[in-house]
Amino acid sequence: MYRYDSYDQSIVDARVEEFRDQTQRRLSGALTEDQFKPLRLMNGLYLQLHAYMLRVAIPYGTLSGKQMRKLGEIAAKYDRGYGHFTTRQNLQYNWIKLADAPDILAELATVEMHAIQTSGNCIRNISSDQYAGVSADEIADPRPWAELLRQWSSFHPEFTYLPRKFKICVIASDDDRAAMRLHDIGLKLVSKDGVIGAEVYAGGGMGRTPMVAPLIRDFVPEEEIISYLEACLRVYNRYGRRDNKYKARIKILVHEIGVEEYKRQVEEEYAHMRTLGLNPPVEELDRIRAFFAPPAYETDLSDAIDRADPAFALWVDRQVVAHKAPGYAIVNISLKPLDGIPGDASAEQIARIADLAERYSLDELRVTHVQNLVLPHVKKADLPAIWQALEEIGLAEANLDLITDIIACPGLDYCALANARSIPLAQKIAQRFAEAERQAELGELKVKISGCINACGHHHAGHIGILGVDRRGVENFQLSLGGSGAEDASLGQITGPGFSEDGVVDAIEKVTDLYLAERESGERFLDTYRRIGMKPFKEAIYG
Amino acid sequence: MVEFLSFRDGEATQEPAVTVESFTGQSNATAVRIEPGEDARELLPHLTRLSLIEVNFPAYGDGRGYSAARILREAGYTGELRAVGDVLVDQIVAMRRCGFDSFHPAKALDDAAVDRALNRYDDVYQKAIDGRSPVWAKRHPEKIDG
Repeated sequence: MYRYDSYDQSIVDARVEEFRDQTQRRLSGALTEDQFKPLRLMNGLYLQLHAYMLRVAIPYGTLSGKQMRKLGEIAAKYDRGYGHFTTRQNLQYNWIKLADAPDILAELATVEMHAIQTSGNCIRNISSDQYAGVSADEIADPRPWAELLRQWSSFHPEFTYLPRKFKICVIASDDDRAAMRLHDIGLKLVSKDGVIGAEVYAGGGMGRTPMVAPLIRDFVPEEEIISYLEACLRVYNRYGRRDNKYKARIKILVHEIGVEEYKRQVEEEYAHMRTLGLNPPVEELDRIRAFFAPPAYETDLSDAIDRADPAFALWVDRQVVAHKAPGYAIVNISLKPLDGIPGDASAEQIARIADLAERYSLDELRVTHVQNLVLPHVKKADLPAIWQALEEIGLAEANLDLITDIIACPGLDYCALANARSIPLAQKIAQRFAEAERQAELGELKVKISGCINACGHHHAGHIGILGVDRRGVENFQLSLGGSGAEDASLGQITGPGFSEDGVVDAIEKVTDLYLAERESGERFLDTYRRIGMKPFKEAIYG
Repeated sequence: MVEFLSFRDGEATQEPAVTVESFTGQSNATAVRIEPGEDARELLPHLTRLSLIEVNFPAYGDGRGYSAARILREAGYTGELRAVGDVLVDQIVAMRRCGFDSFHPAKALDDAAVDRALNRYDDVYQKAIDGRSPVWAKRHPEKIDG
């Protein structure tokens, strides 16, 4: 894992003091809320329905046990005892007092964490593949690039007042586990003639106008990635729309001027940028890479797993995936227990998971954009002990990628923007499909719920997506089918008129019944939908 | 409180700035004001005769002026580059880094707050216009010229 040097630490410490100063000016009345808002919004502090919400950055979703433990301590001390893991691999506290925020940031800084640029119209936390460094199919570990970009984007002088927020993702596998093409810029590491570089995608995103990012360059060498991104951002900063916040994301610019024109402008700017000496020397990426060198795995470990306990075997089959090192496995911890809040973990659960990471996973954890956690380096021999520990804290659910592994935004229960409640609906769907055999029978089925058009719950990318809207003061839910955030990225299509909360659960049942009746051997729900199209599903729902 | 802030040696340019449109139409003006939607690159052929370029920020959240400033400095402009309008103390550092060397904010700034802001961060992560050595250059001094 990356460790701060004295430069990184001094920048984060300075930020804590700066925010303390700003908060004190606000509390003393020297700053009005209007004047304070842009300052707190640069630091992940939102005024929500009931309290302040603080969003903490978890760069590329990687955490140490110590960092995780600190997140739990903060939840216990300053929140009501919970943390909420988000689709951007961050963590949110929903019950924060403004006066405590500087102290929380100071505590985070002691474990090399911060909330810098977790909101505002700037470059946000860099996201990545939760299996980075441990999956067999990657070309390189994408996290050194992500760390390079974290540093480059922190307090970037030119790109701090962009037209709108800006999200960057870096992956390095053909399997896209991070919804890379639904980011403002997505980088996919590739190898060309033995040299590592990036394919660059630009103009993806969700929100009210979802778009899958088109490829804008098939190779940028690693030593020039900063100057290329400066070019992409400059064109956006200068020409992105600022007249309407709903048309201000880069996807609208790319769409309105066209991919070819955007590419042309970026190339022109890139030709200029490369002359300015903006790129760190390759030694800097090498320095960062050294932190991500594969750990010293034990050798001669057994690959055997004792499957005598059927509940354990079920959990292994569902939550454990292949690790590149023999004798090791990747463990997915579901944060979607029945009747739970998707992505929520209590202070106690967070502390226990920190213990597990330290004891069994070489002190490392990952957060996934599906709001689950990952123990990336687990000896297969330790799987029973981990399962047992997860059972004790109620997180041994075996539902990875199944219909109850639902992404849901905080919705109207917390969020000032929401039109509808997402969490109770997620719980109702999970209840309806709770039976393990039924979930297994349905197989991979990604359900994603957003409580408003801003699409924080990724509903456009759900195999089944649900959007909560307000229809004349009543919550109403629109259903869409056929979205995907994976390497076969696509946007869901709305089925037709919306439903009540119970009605949408019934509709999902009709959809899944039809799938079971129509599927051909080996087909996931998404495959069947793509083969037979919307019409039969529509008939099943509304007919 | 400070109404005008300059980091240049000598007197500030007093000549009133004209719009980009009238500047390109009159050959003797030496001060111009850029609005957010205007292309700073239109000025590049005329940089040598300019002694003041004002970049207007009608609202602090409109960041186009940061790009305008960098473009002008990257093209070699050495005259006064002044940020005017909704310029807040918390933006001065980023503006300095993009090449602004004078400020005429719509609302006067608190001197002490400006000093604190300018001295807050010892280090920066990016190479920009202000000549500050980024962290990566300090980490690899042997790789950086000069």
